[in-house]
Amino acid sequence: MALTGILLIGFLYLHMIGNLKIFFGAEAFDHYAAWLRTIGTPLLPHEWYLWIQRGVLTVAVVGHIVAATILARRARQARPVKYAHRPKVQGSYAARTMRWGGVIVLLFVIYHILDLTTGTLNPNGVHLEAYKNVSTDFAPGRWYVTLFYTLSIVAVGFHMRHGIWSALRTLGQQSPRGEVIARATALVLSWVLVLGFLVVPFAVLVGLVD
Amino acid sequence: MGDFYNDGDPIADTAAPEGPIETRWERRQFNAKLVNPANRRKLTVIVVGTGLAGGSAAATLAEAGYKVKSYCYQDSPRRAHSIAAQGGINAAKNYRNDGDSIYRLFYDTVKGGDFRARESNVYRLATVSVNIIDQCVAQGVPFAREYGGLLDNRSFGGTQVSRTFYARGQTGQQLLLGAYQAMERQIGLGNIEMNARHEMLELIIVDGKARGIVVRDMVTGEISTEMADAVVLASGGYGNVFFLSTNAKGCNVTASWRAHRKGALFANPCYTQIHPTCIPESGTHQSKLTLMSESLRNDGRVWVPKDAADCQKPAAEIAEEDRDYYLERIYPSFGNLVPRDIASRAAKNVCDEGRGVGPGGLGVYLDFADAIDRLGKKAVEAKYGNLFEMYQRITGEDPYEVPMRIYPAVHYTMGGLWVDYDLQSTVPGLFVVGEANFSDHGANRLGASALMQGLGDGYFVLPTTLGNYLAAGPFEPIADDHEEVVAARTEVEDRISKLLSINGDRTVDSFHRELGHIMWEYCGMERTEEGLTKAIGLIRSLKDEFWLRVKVPGTGEQLNQNLEKAGRVADFFELAELMCIDALHRRESCGGHFRGESQTPDGEALRHDDEFSYVAAWEYATGDSGKPTLHKEQLEFEYVHPSTRSYK
Amino acid sequence: MDIQVRVWRQENRSDNGRMVTYDVKDISPDASFLEMLDVLNEKLILDGDDPVAFDHDCREGICGACSMVIDGVAHGPEKATTTCQLHMRHFKNGDVIDVEPWRAAAFPVIKDLVVDRSAFDAIIAAGGYITAPTGAAPEAHATPVPKKDADLAFEAATCIGCGACVAACPNGSAMLFTAAKVAHLGLMPQGQPERDTRVLDMLQAQDDAGFGGCTNMGECTQVCPKGIPLTLIGRLNADYRKAVRKKL
Repeated sequence: MALTGILLIGFLYLHMIGNLKIFFGAEAFDHYAAWLRTIGTPLLPHEWYLWIQRGVLTVAVVGHIVAATILARRARQARPVKYAHRPKVQGSYAARTMRWGGVIVLLFVIYHILDLTTGTLNPNGVHLEAYKNVSTDFAPGRWYVTLFYTLSIVAVGFHMRHGIWSALRTLGQQSPRGEVIARATALVLSWVLVLGFLVVPFAVLVGLVD
Repeated sequence: MGDFYNDGDPIADTAAPEGPIETRWERRQFNAKLVNPANRRKLTVIVVGTGLAGGSAAATLAEAGYKVKSYCYQDSPRRAHSIAAQGGINAAKNYRNDGDSIYRLFYDTVKGGDFRARESNVYRLATVSVNIIDQCVAQGVPFAREYGGLLDNRSFGGTQVSRTFYARGQTGQQLLLGAYQAMERQIGLGNIEMNARHEMLELIIVDGKARGIVVRDMVTGEISTEMADAVVLASGGYGNVFFLSTNAKGCNVTASWRAHRKGALFANPCYTQIHPTCIPESGTHQSKLTLMSESLRNDGRVWVPKDAADCQKPAAEIAEEDRDYYLERIYPSFGNLVPRDIASRAAKNVCDEGRGVGPGGLGVYLDFADAIDRLGKKAVEAKYGNLFEMYQRITGEDPYEVPMRIYPAVHYTMGGLWVDYDLQSTVPGLFVVGEANFSDHGANRLGASALMQGLGDGYFVLPTTLGNYLAAGPFEPIADDHEEVVAARTEVEDRISKLLSINGDRTVDSFHRELGHIMWEYCGMERTEEGLTKAIGLIRSLKDEFWLRVKVPGTGEQLNQNLEKAGRVADFFELAELMCIDALHRRESCGGHFRGESQTPDGEALRHDDEFSYVAAWEYATGDSGKPTLHKEQLEFEYVHPSTRSYK
Repeated sequence: MDIQVRVWRQENRSDNGRMVTYDVKDISPDASFLEMLDVLNEKLILDGDDPVAFDHDCREGICGACSMVIDGVAHGPEKATTTCQLHMRHFKNGDVIDVEPWRAAAFPVIKDLVVDRSAFDAIIAAGGYITAPTGAAPEAHATPVPKKDADLAFEAATCIGCGACVAACPNGSAMLFTAAKVAHLGLMPQGQPERDTRVLDMLQAQDDAGFGGCTNMGECTQVCPKGIPLTLIGRLNADYRKAVRKKL
């Protein structure tokens, strides 16, 4: 869980930073999208890097889900009879929402690929017209898309907050000072990522990007 | 008094070597017969109880190669009541270079026991004390340490040397976990067969030797007979005869009592330690009492109102001049730090005068206002914070604002099954270790000595002396249908059916509570001839009533906690009677036994060494007379000569 | 005060069990939670009903026997408190209080609120010790232990083995229990020779007993009566990785 999670977080950060290119204008952003396909050339043929990355990410996502499923199944076997009085959450909500949060994030990722990668569900949906795809996607009239996007990104944030902290523990974090640092790291990284992602649709919404 | 018991022949400890006390244990070890390691596998030992004594004995015997079968009533051996010991464990390491030595620990313990303990045993206890610490450290017991990484020591229970090793306020827990882990290792290796939630209900004696026990599986109710080459009882003390005590709810005398009924003598049953700093009862629902560390008396001042009329007022409204700091008044040189028995009795006296505070007038104040003024709240918190928290959790009162209320409570029983120097009872093959035997504390136990004795017996003494006995084995195997086995088993089954069939109108607890009241009133901190005689009558009629009116719900073939309790209370009745008879016959005050008729003109305990310098070993009342028989073991004091304790 | 308790009643291991409601009247706020159940049981016995079975022993918060989930929280609403040290003053007149046993496959119910926790003993038997047969011990001062380590080892060793961590864990994991023992022994110089095998064997025993996997939820430490910190699980993980690496 920890290893695949860290890989996915790394990707999300690169993705988020790339998204911010949108504030440099349509040309810069579309150029960035095209550039992604040229990484590794001429050593690698066109788009090969991108496919390798997609492959690795898919493996990570599948691995992450498989591990989570094993843990969830073990948890169910470990408590065959449920509490009659629903247990009160004593720890953190972020921790308690990992599983359902994870499912929401997965559904979002599928939608997100159909929306902005393949363009199937995008109102513009033209390959390599990244800027226009985004700006029409989050147009004020399509507020529900923005709302869904926002909720999903917040879910990603919650998932990451517990995920980062938990990953550090799994990797052996054990000092009280490290505990403070781990909590702070998890919180800051999650907030930065959430804000970094949300600033784009909201910029579209208020007309900063059009 | 001849009405209550018969005089029997004297008894003597023939196992201890004569000669210089310093080498008695070494000589006993050398002369003890050894068992060939290859033969140990063929020898089975039953150990009942998994506290410090039983746990350490089981682990050590299994390590030596014997087959061990261990039994405890708790759901895990780790929960034996040794776990609750707070203060520490004494050892004559002299790490502080303050003049401590094995001889001084021996001297202090004999004197502290008010000259009613056997010198040989106490000297051996002091000798092995140093090995106990080594052993526990090797097991990883996290004792308190100094900044240099060496073990810390403190002075405890009024001794003038710092010889007490401790692990915060949880020394018993840490020592027990050490023994438990050693035991679990042997369980994992298959050398110990562990039977948790099993209660011993009878001893099986064949051809005069202890050969097995009858146990009840407390989950299924199954009664089984378990055979072995020797039986070790490590089943703890009997303080719960008082119903309210600092013992765990499950602590009971049944294992010891069943052995007593089968012929093992019971020594000094009346010696009871009553601890002065416990949290008082808060009402009729009270199920047990909680001890708070004696260290509180280092800074707290004990007082009650001078005028009984003030007792209902809040403490803050009682002016300084209307308070009676009675310990400081009566014992100006020791003040609030007088020994346990004296502090307890003084509290009882002021409450008897009607000057007690709190619910039922059963409490005295332990006031930290002066300490807070003098040292500041911070310093008091650093020293006693966890105790204050515990007090507040239980009482709901904040001791920083209102004075604590304390009252004495039964804490430890020095009496127990009589054993010789080898820890063998009067039944061959039946060994008794820890609080269950009577051996080392005389009439009063010093602080931090119980843990020392439990572990000393289990780790170091028993493995040697039991080997000496087992060298004659393996003994003839006993079949399950042997008449003694069948008889013991039938006895247990009949008793259970009897308890279940009465189906009366009173609960077990109501009887136990009433028995406790009688014992506390007449066989508690102060005993008199009149009171004890009355108590014996009351106990007898309550016992009769119990067997007519007790209601035990459920069946024997299931987890039945009331059936367990009923069997234990039935044995407590018989023990209570013997305790009163023992207390009645001992017309002197010594240690934990204070006879109203035997005090100095200013109210202090008065010993009668000429008449009572002996161990009272009681034989169970069999035969027509229905009276127990007293066997006296005369005590010789060759090294520490009896003197009078004074704390004025 | 008068309250109602809804208690889990289960005849034996194979019974399905159910919540049953009882009125408990005239309870002193100074009574402990267990004393409240004592009062209830006295009444049940005299009424000819089956009293509620529950584990308890020392009643001073150290033996670890008592084990009840009260209104969805292991050991009830007070922090760092065992059930036996919980007092009725923390409840209100008229409250309806739910009382359930620890629920975990590794802790099967024996009767009512009594569960079988021998799985914990099995974890200790697998490696929760230092091999030091009696008599073989060197002089206690032969090996100094830095005070910091000794204190931390003590903190970890205060675990009372009650099982609240398992009861509270959404995964039914025993990680905090195992981690506490691994930390206690691993922090002492005496515990080093068996440090690798200990963590491997204890985790194996934990899995074999049917406990769930740890996902660092942190519920365990919140209900732990001794406040065993979650950081010890990180320590266990580090020890585990090191042990696995050495084995490879």
